[in-house]
Amino acid sequence: METLLPLMVGTLFAVGLYFILHRHLFKVILGLILFSLATNLFLFVVGGITRGSSAIISEEKSTATEPYADPVPQALLLTAVVIGFGIQSFAIVLIRRVYQTFKSNNLDELRKENEAQ
Amino acid sequence: MLYAIVIGIITATVAPLLHRTMGRFVVIPMALLPLLLFIYFCTFMPEVVGGHAVTQQHVWVPEVGINLQFRLDGLSLIFALLITFFGTLVMYYASGYLDGDPLLGNFYLYLTLFMTAMLGLVMSDNIFSLFIFWELTSISSYLLIGYKQAEKDSRVSAWQALLVTGLGGLALLGGLILLSISAGSYTFSGLLTQRADVLQHAFYVPAVVLTLIGCFTKSAQFPFHFWLPNAMAAPTPVSAYLHSVTMVKAGIYLIARLSPVLAGPDIWHYTLMTVGGITATLGAVLALQHTDLKAILAYTTISALGLMVTMIGIGTDPAMKAMLVFMTAHALYKGTLFLVTGCIDHCTGTRELSKLYRLGSHMKYSGLAASLAALSMAGVIPFIGFIGKELLYEASLSSYVLLAVTMLSGITFVAVAIVFGYRVFWRKGEDKTQLQHHAGFPLYFPPLVLAIGGLALGLLVHLVPTPLLQQGMRAILANPNAELKLSLWHGFTPVLGLSVLTLLLGYAVYKSLTVLHYRASTLKPLYRYGPNTLYHMMFEGFLHHAKAFILWLQDGYLRNYVMYIMFFFCGLLYFILWRDTPGIDFTNRIYQLHEIRLYELVVFFLVIAALIFLLGTRSRLTSIVVMGLVGYSAALFYILFGAPDVAATQLLIETLTVVIFVLLLHKLPAFTYLSHQFQKYKFIAISALFGILMTYVMLLVQQQAMSTSELKEYFGKTSYLEAHGRNIVNVILVDFRGLDTLGEITVLAVAALGIFSLLRLNPERGGKQ
Repeated sequence: METLLPLMVGTLFAVGLYFILHRHLFKVILGLILFSLATNLFLFVVGGITRGSSAIISEEKSTATEPYADPVPQALLLTAVVIGFGIQSFAIVLIRRVYQTFKSNNLDELRKENEAQ
Repeated sequence: MLYAIVIGIITATVAPLLHRTMGRFVVIPMALLPLLLFIYFCTFMPEVVGGHAVTQQHVWVPEVGINLQFRLDGLSLIFALLITFFGTLVMYYASGYLDGDPLLGNFYLYLTLFMTAMLGLVMSDNIFSLFIFWELTSISSYLLIGYKQAEKDSRVSAWQALLVTGLGGLALLGGLILLSISAGSYTFSGLLTQRADVLQHAFYVPAVVLTLIGCFTKSAQFPFHFWLPNAMAAPTPVSAYLHSVTMVKAGIYLIARLSPVLAGPDIWHYTLMTVGGITATLGAVLALQHTDLKAILAYTTISALGLMVTMIGIGTDPAMKAMLVFMTAHALYKGTLFLVTGCIDHCTGTRELSKLYRLGSHMKYSGLAASLAALSMAGVIPFIGFIGKELLYEASLSSYVLLAVTMLSGITFVAVAIVFGYRVFWRKGEDKTQLQHHAGFPLYFPPLVLAIGGLALGLLVHLVPTPLLQQGMRAILANPNAELKLSLWHGFTPVLGLSVLTLLLGYAVYKSLTVLHYRASTLKPLYRYGPNTLYHMMFEGFLHHAKAFILWLQDGYLRNYVMYIMFFFCGLLYFILWRDTPGIDFTNRIYQLHEIRLYELVVFFLVIAALIFLLGTRSRLTSIVVMGLVGYSAALFYILFGAPDVAATQLLIETLTVVIFVLLLHKLPAFTYLSHQFQKYKFIAISALFGILMTYVMLLVQQQAMSTSELKEYFGKTSYLEAHGRNIVNVILVDFRGLDTLGEITVLAVAALGIFSLLRLNPERGGKQ
């Protein structure tokens, strides 16, 4: 699986970027979500993956014994996931508001509107 | 000496406040400061005249050699005394000149700041602190020249002065750094002891060129002279202080300060003599073509600065002597004439020569001051100007070209002196110019003091200025035994003959001034090709092209920005991969595929299929569902590879995202095809490239044998024993890095606030904008 996971994350990155490059607001948001997902997985993969054993100290021991997953990337990842959620929800509400105010789903039209003002 | 600087800066900053509370009496503390500093510097006189330099050192940024090192030797003390003495008078004068101006407090702020910077400049021994003060003078002079903000002329001139001196300052910084590298020292005294190294170093020529560019821009030498006449847009006290006495002489000061280090090779002497000579001639010729009193003074100042540079370029003992005496004399008479011009401007509302006649009957004291200063300028015995001019001639006797340049400037000075000392005030025959109001005491007292100073220094020349100037000369020549003897009367020498000849020729030029002015108007078209025009062409061209470039690069389309960023990112990544050429062991990789479990494969293909489906779908609801699917699959991967906490969070968040999406779905825009076909291929190309590179990087990272990280080991050991938690990830988040988590919560809270305001506040329904 070590070989396939990078492939999957790479595809996620590519599709995410492709959506971000669109001028349709909704797709930009989709791209943003995919991209942050890909980034999280990237961090996970680069941090080194261990199959099965999680970073939990068992009841009868007082220190963790190998093999166990590296807890540091996981802690970082948790933070990243939560912050990513904050950004996503803000972005979703933002496009809703932009659509409501400008009645447009096209980033380019927003720019023209801006120039016209 | 540090206290002098600190007090100066403090006083400067409280000036607007004082103006608000004290009104017009703000002048009392503002003029008192330079006066006290003047007295303070006078107390150093015995020590410095005795041949000892006063030094002080304060550590600032020792790692890079930037320290506040002050050194007060003869040369510095001459400048410090001039700066504070003129400062006192100009501060007082300004209270009359700008009486009732609502911005007077700001004016005093700028002026005091400038004075302090100037003091710091002449006292600095450390080359970097000198540079900092140097730039500070540029900035404060920008504020002073642009003081009349409402006038476009004033703003343009201020910009010009700042740009020219600022660019010169950059060149100077480069030159100073090269010097400090070649000498291995950051102080001027250190440069002097390492002189031999500096002269032989490969950096010598670039250092000289860069330093001199800095000095020439500051001292308005050809071809950078054009900013000085334009800077006459400033209020007259500023012109008098900055553009005759202090700021423009900063360049002269630095050249003189570096002269003992850099003098010797021909390039130093010939550059200075050529540039100085051209400037002196140019200034003299242009001064005769103008009819605006301030412009005339500006051009004669350029000419005088050129003469000083020439003298340093000659570099002999008599030349340095001449430079110092002439500089002192010039400061005194030019300051007077500027202040008198300001007084005339203030009282009559014009500076145009053809409108000013017989002012003497109304402005006796100003007239007296102007006449005394003019006599000094013309070089009439017993004024100090006379001694200065004698010495100039003596120093330039060695070469006919130099003598011609000096004579030409001298003749112009005489003609201009007659204009100021006689023509404007006393000449009979024309109708009197009517005054709008009489000159107040602050307007005529300071110039009178300066003019009488010129006379007194001339009469007492062997007593007062000589010992100090001698120390200054020793500093410039780096020769502690250099002698400087001044006396008023040299006897009947060839030089005296030249002086008399200059006076006669000057009178002749004065007589033909009207003709000259008439002729000069025919030369006007030529000015279009001068450096001033070049400056404006460059300035506007730069702005124009910068704007075009910015508009091209920053076109306001999000996708283009993203594309540029990604393009450069991929380029850099590719470059590094290509340079280091790390290979991937593919056979081993393919072998590893054996270990794949079936369920992993299923999830993998699920994600890929979902992504492909996402690319094709045109329904918003479907894409949201598919997005959720991808998110849940990611959570599955987290579980499979030992990260249950992350998986739990991912599941929760994916659910929340889908819920938010669905809740707002009916308010979100529907899909439409917006992209062009060509652009689409571009996007596909860059996205694919990015994806491939990222995959490659991940494979590469995995290939490096992961050594067990110290952090992992540390948390594994201490998590239960110290923090009493068995789930290490949770312990890190809430215990070891608890503060980070607090930050994270704050981010979420801010995001929530933002969402709330986006949803709730509606300007159209009368909410807040």
